[in-house]
Amino acid sequence: MNGIKRWSKTTKSNIITYGIVLAFYLLIEGLLAGNLLSNSFQGMLVPVCAYVVLAVSLNLTVGILGELSLGHAGFMSVGAFSGAVLWVILEGKVPDLVGLVLAMLLGGVVAGVFGFLIGIPVLRLRGDYLAIVTLAFGEIIKNILNALYLGVDASGLHVSLKDSAALGLDAEGTLIINGAIGISGMKKISSFTAGIILVLVALAVILNLIHSRAGRAIMAIRDNRIAAEAMGINITKYKLMAFITSAVFAGMAGVLYALNYTTLAAKKFDYNTSILVLVFVVLGGIGNIRGSIIAATILYILPELLRGLQDYRMLVYAVVLIFMMIFNQSPQVLAWRSRMGQIMMNWPVAQRFASMKQGKKEG
Amino acid sequence: MALLEVMNVGIAFGGLQAVSQLDMKLEAGELYALIGPNGAGKTTVFNMLTGVYRPTEGDIFLDGKNITGKSPTVINQAGVARTFQNIRLFDKLSVLDNVKIGLHNQIRYSMFTGILRLPSFREKEADMDFEAMKLLALFDLDKEAHLPASSLPYGKQRKLEIARALATQPKLLLLDEPAAGMNPSESEELMHTIKQVQKQFGVAILLIEHDMNFVMGICEHIFVLDYGRIIAQGNGESIRNNPKVIAAYLGGE
Repeated sequence: MNGIKRWSKTTKSNIITYGIVLAFYLLIEGLLAGNLLSNSFQGMLVPVCAYVVLAVSLNLTVGILGELSLGHAGFMSVGAFSGAVLWVILEGKVPDLVGLVLAMLLGGVVAGVFGFLIGIPVLRLRGDYLAIVTLAFGEIIKNILNALYLGVDASGLHVSLKDSAALGLDAEGTLIINGAIGISGMKKISSFTAGIILVLVALAVILNLIHSRAGRAIMAIRDNRIAAEAMGINITKYKLMAFITSAVFAGMAGVLYALNYTTLAAKKFDYNTSILVLVFVVLGGIGNIRGSIIAATILYILPELLRGLQDYRMLVYAVVLIFMMIFNQSPQVLAWRSRMGQIMMNWPVAQRFASMKQGKKEG
Repeated sequence: MALLEVMNVGIAFGGLQAVSQLDMKLEAGELYALIGPNGAGKTTVFNMLTGVYRPTEGDIFLDGKNITGKSPTVINQAGVARTFQNIRLFDKLSVLDNVKIGLHNQIRYSMFTGILRLPSFREKEADMDFEAMKLLALFDLDKEAHLPASSLPYGKQRKLEIARALATQPKLLLLDEPAAGMNPSESEELMHTIKQVQKQFGVAILLIEHDMNFVMGICEHIFVLDYGRIIAQGNGESIRNNPKVIAAYLGGE
């Protein structure tokens, strides 16, 4: 009886999260229809979706699994490049939508494979060491992709880390990745609608994962690894599960981001990108998926909105960061929020609480 | 055949021989105590039995299978569950979820069933809730099921640890100072609960405890450990009058 009640509370909370995303989508679509959005703002819609997915997926590693990862841009990068290469090959041969879906799937799978390969050694480390190794991973990926040349001709794919001539393409062949210049001349196929769908899919998978047997095991490892082991939980399996899921969505977000532009270069996915996503996660509240969505949206759009303030832009940005930190970390504010949340989400329970307190006073 | 057979087990941390030549035989469904002065190596014995430490010598058999040096995960799945001296709950999870973690290997469904919310998800979760609430009711924790585990008072946290360990359906339950920090009436109540658990679940229990009333009250067989060696074993009466035990606790020549 009680279990059912709690369960529906989780469902309620999830529905609110999906609702916020859908409301945001409808609002933006309305503004677009009324032609009320500036060009630069319109240009940010797809990246916002990509960063929301990145923040939500990183929160799975940082907040739910409890391991600090600084290499999220690395997974984004491998996903973006594999998806973009597939799209360059498929362009014109399949409809745009099919191309986008296939590119995302490939990007997700490739990033997931990288997550697996890196996860096995890295997840044996803890705390700072894990952060350092994931940071190094991100940089290694960036540097390799910066030096990568890839072309295709009748005999198949050619890869080189030297220069484009070393590929030995035949006359018909085309160069896809041109070293540090990356990929250019792609057709843009990402759209805001596709971005929102990816956000919803990522949310559904990650929230359902968290509120299931596997998610409980992952959180148990976070709260107390030794006790989790003593309860018969396979630590490596569940750590990898969380890490790989996180990587898959980072890869898909990478594809969404990459296919929103005509060019793609590895230097976009550097250390700063990883840190930016981590800032979204920390300010949105570690382990709080809804918070990640809101923080990523506000903090990504904010610098653009503040453009009018010119020199004071970053000053205001910093103040907003500090306020969000207080909103999400200060014990008093958290207590106030949970009181408000209880009242708003669960009237009967709130009343029962009150009557319980009353009873105690009388007794 | 005994449920648990510990043969000549020892462990050394560098030059320190913490436990040596440990021999123990535990029968299924019986209640045992492991007592000894502070620093005798009692918790180290638990850590070896549950795979946290790997013994440097000797063998441990559970149901005739050698479990020496296996990982804690494997040993738990083989049928040994434990509680911890310094409570180790999943603090941020609810009381109910703590017990459901204990049910992790008893009621299973795949990751994809969970993500896709297949029909069996609801079914299995309901089963888990039912089993977990039954265990919580046994320890009088069912009213706190939805509170975070960290918000429970100390005594209830100890009880929750026992409920969680029982959820893994062990053949052998190791309790590390279950009554620590409880007042006399609470520990009296816990004694009855432990007795009841032993009968109802048919589980063998080995407990470490300093409260002698508690130990003498419920345990049929007592092992006394001092400086990493078993110095005496037997029923309460024989332990109470054993000169070696008296010397270990009170000092002697």
